[in-house]
Amino acid sequence: MTPSVPMLKVENLQVGGDGFLVVDKVSFTIGQGESFGIAGESGSGKSTLLLSLMGMMRPGLRNLGGSVRLNGSPMLGQSDAALASVRGSKIALIPQNPATALNPSRRIGTQIAEALLLHSALNPRARAMRVLDLLSMVRLPEPTVAARRFPHELSGGQLQRAAIAMALAGAPEVLLLDEPTTGLDVTTQAALLDLLIDLRHRSKVGMVCVSHDLGVLARLCDRIGVMYAGAIIEEGPLASVLARPGHPYTQALVASIPRLTSVGPPAPIQGSPPSLFDLPSGCRFAPRCALVQDACLGQPPDLTSAADNHKIACLRAFTAPAPVVNASVAALEKATSVLAVEKLSVGFAKHGIFDRKTPSSVVDAVSFTVAKGEVLGLVGESGSGKSTILRAIAGLAAPTAGQITLMSSGRTEILAARATARPLSQLRSVQLIFQNPDASLNPRHRVLELLAQPLILYGQVPRSQLREKAADLLDQVRLGPATLDRMPAQLSGGERQRVAIARAFAARPDLILCDEITTALDVSVQAAVLELIRNLARKHDVGAIFVSHDLAVVRSIADRIAVLHNGTIVEINDAQELCARPVSPYAQRLIGSVLDIPA
Amino acid sequence: MNTVWLALPLPQILRDVLAQRSGRIGMAIVCLHLAVALAAPVITPQDSAYQDASAMLQSPSFSHWFGTDRLGRDVFSRTLLGGREAMLIATAATFIAMAWGSALGILVALIGGRTDAIVMRFIDAMMSIPWILLVMLFIAALGSSSAALVPVLGFSYGLSVVYLARAAALDFVARDFVLAAQARGHSRWSIAATELFPNVRDSLAVQGAMQWSWILLAVSSLSFLGMGVAPPTPDWGQMIADARGIMQRAPWALISPMLALSSLVIGMNLAVDAWARVTGVERTRRVPGA
Amino acid sequence: MATVLLERIGLALITMIIIVVVVFFALELMPGDACSVNLGRGASDSMLAACQKRLGLDQPAVWRFAAWAGDFLTGDLGISMQRDRPIAEVVGWRLRNTLILAGLTAAIGIPLALGLGVLAGLNPDGPLDMTISGIAIFAMTVPEFISGTLMILLFSVILGWAAGVVTIGYKAPALDLLKASVLPAATLIFILAAHILRMVRASVIEVMQSDFVQMARLKGVPHRRIILHHVLPNALLPAISIIGLTMAWLLGGVVIVESVFNFPGLGRLAVDAVADQDLPLVQAIALLFGFIYVLTNLGADLLALTLNPRLRTRRK
Repeated sequence: MTPSVPMLKVENLQVGGDGFLVVDKVSFTIGQGESFGIAGESGSGKSTLLLSLMGMMRPGLRNLGGSVRLNGSPMLGQSDAALASVRGSKIALIPQNPATALNPSRRIGTQIAEALLLHSALNPRARAMRVLDLLSMVRLPEPTVAARRFPHELSGGQLQRAAIAMALAGAPEVLLLDEPTTGLDVTTQAALLDLLIDLRHRSKVGMVCVSHDLGVLARLCDRIGVMYAGAIIEEGPLASVLARPGHPYTQALVASIPRLTSVGPPAPIQGSPPSLFDLPSGCRFAPRCALVQDACLGQPPDLTSAADNHKIACLRAFTAPAPVVNASVAALEKATSVLAVEKLSVGFAKHGIFDRKTPSSVVDAVSFTVAKGEVLGLVGESGSGKSTILRAIAGLAAPTAGQITLMSSGRTEILAARATARPLSQLRSVQLIFQNPDASLNPRHRVLELLAQPLILYGQVPRSQLREKAADLLDQVRLGPATLDRMPAQLSGGERQRVAIARAFAARPDLILCDEITTALDVSVQAAVLELIRNLARKHDVGAIFVSHDLAVVRSIADRIAVLHNGTIVEINDAQELCARPVSPYAQRLIGSVLDIPA
Repeated sequence: MNTVWLALPLPQILRDVLAQRSGRIGMAIVCLHLAVALAAPVITPQDSAYQDASAMLQSPSFSHWFGTDRLGRDVFSRTLLGGREAMLIATAATFIAMAWGSALGILVALIGGRTDAIVMRFIDAMMSIPWILLVMLFIAALGSSSAALVPVLGFSYGLSVVYLARAAALDFVARDFVLAAQARGHSRWSIAATELFPNVRDSLAVQGAMQWSWILLAVSSLSFLGMGVAPPTPDWGQMIADARGIMQRAPWALISPMLALSSLVIGMNLAVDAWARVTGVERTRRVPGA
Repeated sequence: MATVLLERIGLALITMIIIVVVVFFALELMPGDACSVNLGRGASDSMLAACQKRLGLDQPAVWRFAAWAGDFLTGDLGISMQRDRPIAEVVGWRLRNTLILAGLTAAIGIPLALGLGVLAGLNPDGPLDMTISGIAIFAMTVPEFISGTLMILLFSVILGWAAGVVTIGYKAPALDLLKASVLPAATLIFILAAHILRMVRASVIEVMQSDFVQMARLKGVPHRRIILHHVLPNALLPAISIIGLTMAWLLGGVVIVESVFNFPGLGRLAVDAVADQDLPLVQAIALLFGFIYVLTNLGADLLALTLNPRLRTRRK
C-alpha cells in the first residue's frame, strides 16, 4: 500500500475516569484506503477507543490526554452540535448490535434517508432513489420492500446490512466497525465480510475495525494492533503479526484460537486480565506472562520496532521462544456405546389462547450413538435444532417420535420423555451443562451449596463429607478450595463455567451434554474450558455431546462430528475426516465459511 | 442489565439502609410512629373519649396542645391514639395478603401453562374492579368491623401480590438454573423453596412493606368514608372526616391527623426506597389496579 | 394484525365474563343475602320470605345467576333495595356525572402529565425535574382524601376561589356540573398526572440512554431532531398502555374524591349504597366500574397496537 496523507490521526490518547484508565496512550494513523484492525478481548478498552474516535465518551469517562484529529481538525473536547456536521458525513460507525442501534419505531428507509437529509443536498425524490441504491449496494434482496420494513421485521444479518447502508449514506471517508459480525451465523458472517471487503476495494474509505475475532480482522485489515488492558501492545502488518507474533500475549492469543487444521484443544492463557482500577505498575501482562523478569515489573515497555512497521511493547520479544501450540492426542480406543438416539423427532409445541408460546426448533428423525469416553460434536447454525436434541436427551423437551436409549453399568434402559417421569438413577446418568453460567448457577447459593445439591440428591455422599468431596470436585476443574465459600457473582465467567462443569461431574454421570458452553467466554478462557471437558471425559470414561455453532471449536474437542441442518443430520463422520473431506454440500459450505487465520 | 446481586444478611441490609440519608429519615419517622403507637395508652395526656362540653372547638393551648374538636375532645390525645387500630389492621391484613399472594404467585409461575393462564385471568378480572369497590362489595355483605376488614383487605390486596410474586418468580423460572434443577430431578416444591424463593425473597420483603403502607391508607380512606374503624375508637381518617365541616373555625383539628398520617406514609416510602436500592429490587410505586 | 385485534377483544370479553361471575358468586359465598342484610336482624321470617320471593332469592344460585347476568346484558340492572326503583334509573344520571368528571380529568391531566414527564426526563436531576418529581412523589404518596381536603382548604377556605363542596343535584344540567367539577377534577388531575408523569419520565430517560439515540448522535443528527424524531415517539408509545392502567386508579380515586366534594356521581352513590346496605346496587356499580376499566384498557391496547409497529407485526 502506498503511504498516503493520514486522514485520521490518534496521538497518545488516554480515556478514563476517576482513578482508572480504559484507554492508555494509544497512537495510530489511517490514510486513504487503509484498514486498521484492533484485536482484544472483552474489557480491553477497544469499544471505548472506537467511540472516542468520533468524539463521544460514555457516561463516567472523559479524555485524559492525547488527541484525535480528523483531516487535521480535533474530535475531542467538541460539543455534539459542533461535531454534528462531521459525524455521519466524514466519519461513520457500523454498530456492534444493529438490533438496538436502529430506532425501533421508524422504517429502515426513513432512517437511511435521515442521514441523507442531514449530509447531502438531495431533494426528497433523489433521497428516496439513493436509499434504494444504498440498499441494493449492501445486497439486501428487494430494496423497495426492505426500505418499508421496521427493524424488528429483519433478521440479524439483514439488519447489519441496513446499518452498513446507513453508515455509507453520508459518503464517509473513515468507517468505524465495532465487532461487525459478532452474533451472526457463520455463513451470514462470511457473506457480510465479503461485502465489506468488496466495499473496501471499490472505494477509498479508510477503516478502523475492532473485534475479538482475529479471523475477522485477518480478512478485513492490512495492519492490526493488539490491545491489552487499554494499551496497544503490538502493532504491525497483518501477515507479520500473525506469522511472527512478538508479544507473549499475542502469541498466546494466536495459539488459543481453535483451527480446522490442528488437532486437540488449543492452548489456553492462564489467569485473567488485570482490573482497570488496579493496573500493574510495569508491563500489564506481567502477572500472566511465563517469561516475566524483574525488568518487566518496573515501567510499562514502549512500542519498539522489531521489523518493518512491526512494533512490540515487550522487553523479551526478541528472545522469547515460540510457545508449543498443539498437544498430542492419544488414539481413541474403540469403546462401547453409552447412548443411542434413534429416529428422534421434536415438533412445535401447540399453543392456544391460554398458553404461553414456547417456540421450539423442529428436529426430524435424528439418529446417532455416543461411545464411552468419546466426545461427539453437534454443529449447526441457530435454529438447526442442535440445542433441542440436547434438551430432549435431558428430558426438558418431549420428543414427538423416536427413542433414546441409555446403556450404563451393564443395563440398557429406554429414557422416559420427561425428566419428571425418569427414575433418579437415569437422571444421575445424564448431566447437562448450559451455555451461560450466569444463568445456570443460582446467584443466591454459595459454590458449596451448588455442588452439594447433586451430591445430596443422588445420595452418594454423607453430609459430613460434603465439603471434602466438593473441594475434590473443584480441584478437578482446577479451582482452589477457597472458591467453595464464594457466590457466583464473585467469580469470573470462566470460573463460573468451571463450577458448572464440576456440578455436572458431581453426579458421576455416564453422559454429559454441553450446550454451547464456551460461547459466552473469551477465546483464551474458552481454550481452557475445552481442554478441561476433553480431559474429564477421558479420565472418567464419560460420553459427551458437545453442541456449538462454531465448527472450529467443535473440531478442536470432538472425536466425531455430526453436522445439523434444518433439524436433520446431513453428515456425521470422524472429526478429522469430516473437516478434511466434507461430502454433503452444506458441510462443505460450512467449512468454507470458517475464518481460519493464516498459520 | 445483567447485574447479579449478592444475598445480603439482614444486619448488613439495615446498616446499608441507614447509611443513606433517605433511609435514616424514613426509618426514624417509622420507628417514632411505632413507638408512639405502642406507648400511646400510657403517654396520652387526656382521655381521648372524654367530651368536655365547656371546651368545644378550643384553639391550641397549654392544656390542649392541638386544641379540641367539636365534641370538646383533646385532639392531641386522639392523634396519638389514632393510628393504632389502622396499623393493627394493616399488619394483620399484610400478613394474609403476602402469605396467600406470594405462595400462589410463585406456584403458578413454576407450573406455568394452562393452570397459570386460568388463575391469572381470574386475578386479572378481580383487579379490574377498583380495590375500593371490591372492598365495599364485601363490607356491604359483612358489615364494617375490624374483624371483617382484616380478611377483606388481606384478600383484596393479595391479588396484586400474586401478580408481583409471579412476575418476580417468572424472571427466574426461565433461567437455566431452574431447568438444571428440573433436569437433575428435584421436586417442584423443592425447586420453589431452594431455587426460586431465595431469589424473590428481597422483592417480596420490599413488596410487603409497600403493601403495609397501602393497606394503612386503605383503612384510613375507609374510615374517612365511614366504613372503617368505628367510633368511639379514634382514627385519623375518621378524625379528618369529622373535622372537615369545621375547617374554617377549627383547622387544627384537621391538620394534626393529616400530618400524622402523611408523615407515616412518607416515612415508610423513604425507608422502602432505601431498602429497595440496597437489595437491588425494582420497586413499583402503586400497582395498577390496586 | 386482524388476529391480534380479535385476540385482544376476545380476552377483554373473557375478563368481563369472569368479572360478572366473580361479583355474583363472591356474595353467594358470604353469610346472608340481599334481604337479610338489608332488613337487618329484626326482620321476621315472613318479611324475609316475602322479600326473597320478590327478588327471586328462593331460586337455586345457578338459575339466579343466569337470570341476573341475562338481565344485566339487556340493560336491566335489577332493583335497588333501598330506593325500590330500577337500578338503571338510579345509576343513569350519576354515571353521566362521573363520566363528565373523569373526562375533564383525562382531557387536562393526560396532556399535562405527558408534557411535564418529558420535561423532567430530558434533564433528569436538574432543578426543574427535582421540583416536578418532588411534587409528583408527594401527590402519589398522600391519600386522595387528604389531597382533596387540602384543595378545599387552599382554594376555597383560604383563597375563596371556588366553592368547596358541590351542592347541585344529580339531575343538574351538564354545564353546571362541569363548573362544579373544577376542584374535584383538580384533585384527580393532581394525582393522576403524578402517576403518568413519573412513568413518562422514566421512559424518556431510558430511551435517551438507548443505543439508537447514541447512534443518531453519531450519525450527526442535531439535538432537537433527536428529541423529536428519535426520543419522543419511542418514549411516548409505552405511555399509552400506562395511561390505560392508570384508569384503574382514577376509577378508585373517583369514589373517594366524589365523597370528599359531595359530587353527585357513581362513586358517592356506591358509598351511600354501602351505608344503606343495598347489595344489588353495590354489585351493579362494581360491575360497571369493572367494565369501564376493561373497555378503556382495551381502547388503549388497540390504540397502542395501531401506533406501535413492533406490536403490530409479530416476530416470526
